[in-house]
Amino acid sequence: MATLEIRDLHVTVEADNATKEILKGVDLTVKQGETHAIMGPNGSGKSTLAYSLAGHPKYTITGGTVTLDGEDVLEMSVDERARAGLFLAMQYPVEVPGVSVSNFLRTSATAIRGEAPKLRTWVKEVKETMERLHMDPSFAERNVNEGFSGGEKKRHEILQLELLKPKVAILDETDSGLDVDALRVVSEGVNRVRETGEVGTLLITHYTRILRYIKPDFVHVFSAGRIVESGGAELADKLEEEGYEAYTKGGVSA
Amino acid sequence: MAEAQNIPVGSTTAGQIAVAAESTVATRMSAPPSFDVADFPVPHGREEEWRFTPLERLRGLHDGTAVATGDGVKVDIDAPEGVVIETVGRDDARIGRAGTPVDRVAAQAYSAFEKAGVVTVPKETVLTEPIRIAVHGEGGTAYAHQVIELGAFAEAVVVIDHTGDAVLAANVDYVLGDGAKLTVVSVQDWDDKAVHVGQHNALIGRDATFKSFVVTFGGDLVRLHPRVAYAGTGGEAELFGLYFTDAGQHQEHRLLVDHNTPHCKSNVAYKGALQGDGAHAVWIGDVLIEAKAEGTDTYEMNRNLVLTDGARVDSVPNLEIETGEIVGAGHASATGRFDDEQLFYLMARGIPAGEARRLVVRGFFAELVQQIGVDDIEERLLVKIDEELEASV
Repeated sequence: MATLEIRDLHVTVEADNATKEILKGVDLTVKQGETHAIMGPNGSGKSTLAYSLAGHPKYTITGGTVTLDGEDVLEMSVDERARAGLFLAMQYPVEVPGVSVSNFLRTSATAIRGEAPKLRTWVKEVKETMERLHMDPSFAERNVNEGFSGGEKKRHEILQLELLKPKVAILDETDSGLDVDALRVVSEGVNRVRETGEVGTLLITHYTRILRYIKPDFVHVFSAGRIVESGGAELADKLEEEGYEAYTKGGVSA
Repeated sequence: MAEAQNIPVGSTTAGQIAVAAESTVATRMSAPPSFDVADFPVPHGREEEWRFTPLERLRGLHDGTAVATGDGVKVDIDAPEGVVIETVGRDDARIGRAGTPVDRVAAQAYSAFEKAGVVTVPKETVLTEPIRIAVHGEGGTAYAHQVIELGAFAEAVVVIDHTGDAVLAANVDYVLGDGAKLTVVSVQDWDDKAVHVGQHNALIGRDATFKSFVVTFGGDLVRLHPRVAYAGTGGEAELFGLYFTDAGQHQEHRLLVDHNTPHCKSNVAYKGALQGDGAHAVWIGDVLIEAKAEGTDTYEMNRNLVLTDGARVDSVPNLEIETGEIVGAGHASATGRFDDEQLFYLMARGIPAGEARRLVVRGFFAELVQQIGVDDIEERLLVKIDEELEASV
């Protein structure tokens, strides 16, 4: 069973000619089939955790370990991590002008699967997955994320999640900027992948709203670069009522 | 030394067109257009039209020291039935009608060529296969002139393919009759040491359509002047360009669209990628809308993708408008580095770095390549782009 283990992870970033520590010792284990929600206020380091796991060059790992089934993730390049089974659905997916969605998806699937998918089954697979995400077929001919609405970008991320079938999926604020209809469609996509039982899900969010559609097994509160409390789904209800103030040492200073 | 004068670069004959004295386009040239090389002083490199060009790499084309050798270039023309192919003497009346040389090397080419090629597509002849002109450098120095003329309502695609090694100064005239449609693909796929300088003049007839692709990959130094003027109303010009400038290469494209006639259109889109130390691309896009050219619709765009450190782009769009009675006029120029966020996004989907870069650069060029409409050329360009990237990353 695939397991992502994060141990005492410390991460810094360079900003304004200074080195700033963002993650200050993160411990977390995500197993295949489990869904973990990471919740926290803005600036607590949630997205840094997501991007550090994916290997974004902006972040420097200064301590700790990350392993996927015992393999050292931090030693891998960005593409190697993806091929090892890590997937990051991004909060702000990047535009890639001149590269069509269909070309991008096929190139990516070929890289992840180690061989080019057979054309006929592939076309059908993409078409059906797009239909379930309420995406128009013409979408495949557009350039990656170029001119996409916020909802289209997130559907496109989840489309990739469904097609690439990772071992561990990190969803970075996939719910942000979505209206209720889009949130439902996107959540259904995530749930289809979860129901296979073959993916461990790390759901990073600021709001509890998405947890009505995607039921987590564990909820972790993230604050000042660490997990400060862990619990079951009931912890989300507490956050819904009380907010993050209890975790931010008297709340955000004015 | 001749002082900079207010020369209307848009004119096909000096003095025909009055241009405002403050004109930025007009003041660029240091001598009036002329067919005679003696009318141009030898450039010293500080003139506006030469300031980006490394004169010492022109191998004498600019100062009269480059002498034609027997083994300059070999030209093979393959044309479908109905096309007339001729080699004519200097006094043939069809030479030089599309435009007058605007700098010393173009005038040198005009003054020095011995025989000119003339390819004619008679009126109302619609070709279904391209005319292919293969210009292969044999290692020597050459001066040349080529005329491509389409009669009224004729339609043709012409591919001019430059390969091999040569020092070549060559002008091309495209003359489009009324209602004619001409697509030209000029590929500069030279060996590393080649030097190629030339002026491409298009004179577009009433309601005629001119579409040009200038594709520059090779050469030590390539400097081309694609120029367009209109002989009647309703003419349309689309000028597309692609260049891939490698370490040490100088590739310069200097365009002029002279809206000298009312109700004509032009659209210019050039895209370049650069990589390696000393890679230097120059793009000058001049569009002149003369006072009488009411109803003009024009847009020009240049985009550059800098893939590595050490490469340099000079991109200078100029739009000069002498009448407000136009449909539209605009220009854009942007030079960007390879986007690390794009690279991260693609790699985060399992795509290795080299393949991700290829995908992005192919994508960058694809929208232009796909408009060429000549399958084997499109395929060859994409393969070439891949090869260029293989060589670098």
